[in-house]
Amino acid sequence: MCLAYPGKVVSIEDDFARVDFGDGTVLDGVNISLVRVGIGDYVLVHAGYAIHVLDEAEALETLKYWREMLAAMPAEEIVYQKETKGGLS
Amino acid sequence: MLMHVCGSHEWTITHFGIRTLLPQNVEVRSGPGCPVCITPAADIDSAVRLSLDGKTILTYGDMSRARGSGMSLFDAKAAGGDVNIIYSVHDAVRMASAKPAREFLFFAVGFETTAPPTAYEILKGPPDNLTFLVSYRYVPPAVGAVAMSPELAVDGFINAGHASTITGMKAYQPVFEKTHKSMVFSGFEPNDVLISIAMLLRQLAQDEPKMENEYTRAVTWEGNVKAQQAMDKAFERVEGYWRGVATIPDSGFRIREEFLEYDARAKYGLKEVPGSEQFVPKARCGEVILGKIDPPECPLYMRECTPSSPKGPTMVSSEGTCKIWADHKMLASMRCRV
Repeated sequence: MCLAYPGKVVSIEDDFARVDFGDGTVLDGVNISLVRVGIGDYVLVHAGYAIHVLDEAEALETLKYWREMLAAMPAEEIVYQKETKGGLS
Repeated sequence: MLMHVCGSHEWTITHFGIRTLLPQNVEVRSGPGCPVCITPAADIDSAVRLSLDGKTILTYGDMSRARGSGMSLFDAKAAGGDVNIIYSVHDAVRMASAKPAREFLFFAVGFETTAPPTAYEILKGPPDNLTFLVSYRYVPPAVGAVAMSPELAVDGFINAGHASTITGMKAYQPVFEKTHKSMVFSGFEPNDVLISIAMLLRQLAQDEPKMENEYTRAVTWEGNVKAQQAMDKAFERVEGYWRGVATIPDSGFRIREEFLEYDARAKYGLKEVPGSEQFVPKARCGEVILGKIDPPECPLYMRECTPSSPKGPTMVSSEGTCKIWADHKMLASMRCRV
């Protein structure tokens, strides 16, 4: 049971927040008692409760690591993927 | 051989074809990470019985379709039982408050990701007509048990992401110190899982088992301390029976004595009876749950047992290995080809 979705806190009223998950999905009444959060923060929401405030700096670090890993791949392999998959995003 | 213990990881791995990208000598197996799958038949039977006896049972969607030794809650509903699917434990509090004359029971199933909100609601003081059938399980001891199995011979673990968001990496330190198995705490995007596998392979290649964190944006060493404190105040940890697998010490939760008035087990005199007939004849659900076999190795898989006609919890739950494989039309085992 690990399904939790990241969303942005849009507004807060007492122990509850309105969270925007993008693509038009907005959830009201997300319980934020288990975290310390402010408007504009991204939270992980599981079964109606925010369980964590996502760390943007760390997310960017992981993305950077992913790109470094791809860059370290042999050049021929990257070309192969470009040709067969129509481009690596 | 690498193992993960989270149905959501199995979904990512299967959906994005990650096993097809791995070298021939690397196998990723699906360990006991599906909470609905490991909920004892006896607890399901209790909830079913109560639903047909005038109580209103509340639970999450997946749980309602898993059969105990007979009916599922969904079957009970069709037979006239009062069963309602809810999204959040807060809905249970709201519904019970709105109908004080009815007896409500929240069938509380899940791992440590899901337990804190329930703990929080119990601490807040739910309405008198609401009790909780707590059947939560705690994952670190299960990882410990699996790590010690010579038969499974796991070399490294892809650790659960969001469960670890709650407990923190620290919850795995005792297991790591005892077993010295490589561990990487992993996110759920396909890139996360690939990076985690690379990190594990590097640990193994250098023969340096570590506890590493790939999911740094969501997992920390300490975890969510508020959530941990809520769980600790409302629950005590006891041994837990994992359906079809084993009784694992320290892996179950029970409501503490001071909150006994909210404990459905106490209120309705429910007995925990591990080992009673857990699955239909010939089904190998337990071995799938533990990660000993792949779904196609069960004789019922995609014959009698399909997503539209499931015979066991692993085919019912969205986090069950059989359901995930069946939805992706996987008909062959994915073992090492070396």
